[in-house]
Amino acid sequence: MDRLLPLIQNETLKIWKKKRFYVVVLVLLVLIPIFTYAQMKIAENNQKNFRDWRSQTMQQISDYQNALSSERIPEEWKRFRRIAVQQLQYYLDHDVNPRSPDGVTFTRGFMANSVTLFYPLLVLAIASDLVSGERSSGTIKMLLTRPVRRWKILFSKLVALTLYVSLIVVASGILCYLISGAIFGYGGWTMPIFTGFLINGSDVDSAAVHAVPQWLYMLMQAGLIWFSSMTVAILALMVSVLVRSTAASIVTMMAAVIAGTILANMSSSWTSAKYVFAVNIDLTGYLAGSPPPIEGMTLLFSLLTLGGWAVAALIVSFGVFTKQDILN
Amino acid sequence: MNISSASKKDPELGLPEYVQQTAETVLYVQGLKKKIRGKPIIHDVSFDVRAGEIFGFLGPNGSGKTTTIRMLVDLIKPTAGEIKICGHDVNRDPEQALRHIGCIVENPEVYTYMTGWENLEHFARMLRDIGIDRINEVVNIVRLEQRIHDKVKTYSLGMRQRLGIAQALLGRPKLLILDEPTNGLDPKGIKELREFIRMLANEGMSLFISSHLLSEIQLMCDRVAIISNGRVLAVGTVDELVEQAGSYVVWQFDKPEEGRKLLAGEPDLRLIAPDEHRIDEGLLANLTEASITTMPAERIPALVEKAVRAGIGVLSVQRIAPTLEELFLKMTEGEGIG
Repeated sequence: MDRLLPLIQNETLKIWKKKRFYVVVLVLLVLIPIFTYAQMKIAENNQKNFRDWRSQTMQQISDYQNALSSERIPEEWKRFRRIAVQQLQYYLDHDVNPRSPDGVTFTRGFMANSVTLFYPLLVLAIASDLVSGERSSGTIKMLLTRPVRRWKILFSKLVALTLYVSLIVVASGILCYLISGAIFGYGGWTMPIFTGFLINGSDVDSAAVHAVPQWLYMLMQAGLIWFSSMTVAILALMVSVLVRSTAASIVTMMAAVIAGTILANMSSSWTSAKYVFAVNIDLTGYLAGSPPPIEGMTLLFSLLTLGGWAVAALIVSFGVFTKQDILN
Repeated sequence: MNISSASKKDPELGLPEYVQQTAETVLYVQGLKKKIRGKPIIHDVSFDVRAGEIFGFLGPNGSGKTTTIRMLVDLIKPTAGEIKICGHDVNRDPEQALRHIGCIVENPEVYTYMTGWENLEHFARMLRDIGIDRINEVVNIVRLEQRIHDKVKTYSLGMRQRLGIAQALLGRPKLLILDEPTNGLDPKGIKELREFIRMLANEGMSLFISSHLLSEIQLMCDRVAIISNGRVLAVGTVDELVEQAGSYVVWQFDKPEEGRKLLAGEPDLRLIAPDEHRIDEGLLANLTEASITTMPAERIPALVEKAVRAGIGVLSVQRIAPTLEELFLKMTEGEGIG
């Protein structure tokens, strides 16, 4: 291990010196204020139209129910709406505001909405050129002719990548809290959040529902985001081993992630799509109790599927990297 | 530099054969073959590099020089054959084998977004027990003290070359491999590099230098292997090789026409027409209206005297080595020294 530490230090330093993490922070610093502003506008609007959050929630429920009785709305959407209605009712019954305007709630919402596209994008900014970048710049010839076995080099890259993925999840949460808190206030840590909704078809089974303080919910959510981000990171590492150009590597991974998002929305009729990794990356949905993209998917199923993809990608990455001829 | 300790081992200790090999042979290559996508690129390459010598690896572009070098440093796995560095097999035990070499494959590619110093720290971390002292030492050896803390992207090619060499020297290697090191350097840079290589060799290091220019190998190397189409045609000392190729004698007279007539009358001298010689054009640039001949070198003084007596002033007489192509022509005609 003492031989690996300097290598990990090398890889961590290189990512830092390439200023990739600055880019990630910069993107966050631009985007979060924009969303905060949008949220502020919505809150102002609601204040004008509704007395308090209860009347707003009741209005939303009756809107959904109206939509349910309409003939023109596809069955697929109705299922989502029915579930949403039951959940909103649960919040109403327990006198908890699901959309309390505070910094923590905003951060929770922002992170949950970012898991399918925004986090993968940030992760790709760091992971995509880990190996392909060394190949296109030619530095791989220096790196691989040193007396260090190739698996150790790839392993140290993997560790450095894990560090940065963790840093992205933590930094996005902190930045979001700090920026949105300036507008909405820094409270909301102990507010109860309901989790454990079980979905059977279009019914919500609330037997297992329990309230957790929002800080704990945030922690669980961050853990799930980390897991799906790591899966994307490991797949991106594999692509960057296989593909020589960094641009091709980013495009390949982005296409996979976006295709997954689209597939998740087309869902139901093609059920074996649930084995595609990108259909499974919305792990936070299980926590919030939103219906899964394809019926029958559970948190455990998604964790196992993502884990399977990650393990396979690692096997391919190490297998290819330790054997391939460096010809360019 | 503690380079020669291994090479001074007593070969009479009754050690197994491969240990004795390390006593004199730094690099041992036997029966190397490589197929890429089913196509044979390297057919048969064998040679060895001894401690303290400058070994040239001569071949035209596309002859398999770089592919061979990549196999030496474990970037490419050979299809067949054996490579041993100081007795350690490169493919079976790369960590031990690569410890003894430093190399630059093709261009000196280092991390341009870091400073020279950060690059050296990076590569020092990949070795055992290489600290700040050694980094300072190699920076001094390549004389990069002034700019070492600047970003590499601001470096000239010559400076990158020196940084690459500094990197290669970090681990106190027994063998330094340089692939076409003079490519892209200006004449001053080439001269400095040559002196630098001599200096390293004098300290006991072995050097392996590839080139497509015979003149360059002639200036730098003790022994040479010649490679063409993935095959080693000959291995020998540079002097043997040049003798084999023969050299041109180029005359320059103050009265070119009369001088030419004088030469034409000589029995064992052959005048070469201006478009039939095989000399690098660059070498002839300053020799306007020169007469190019092939002749025994020992006849030159007598011939100079004869010219002077005939009232023709001799401005210059020089022996010029032919290009690599000439050498190859000779060798493939079946007169190889191997």
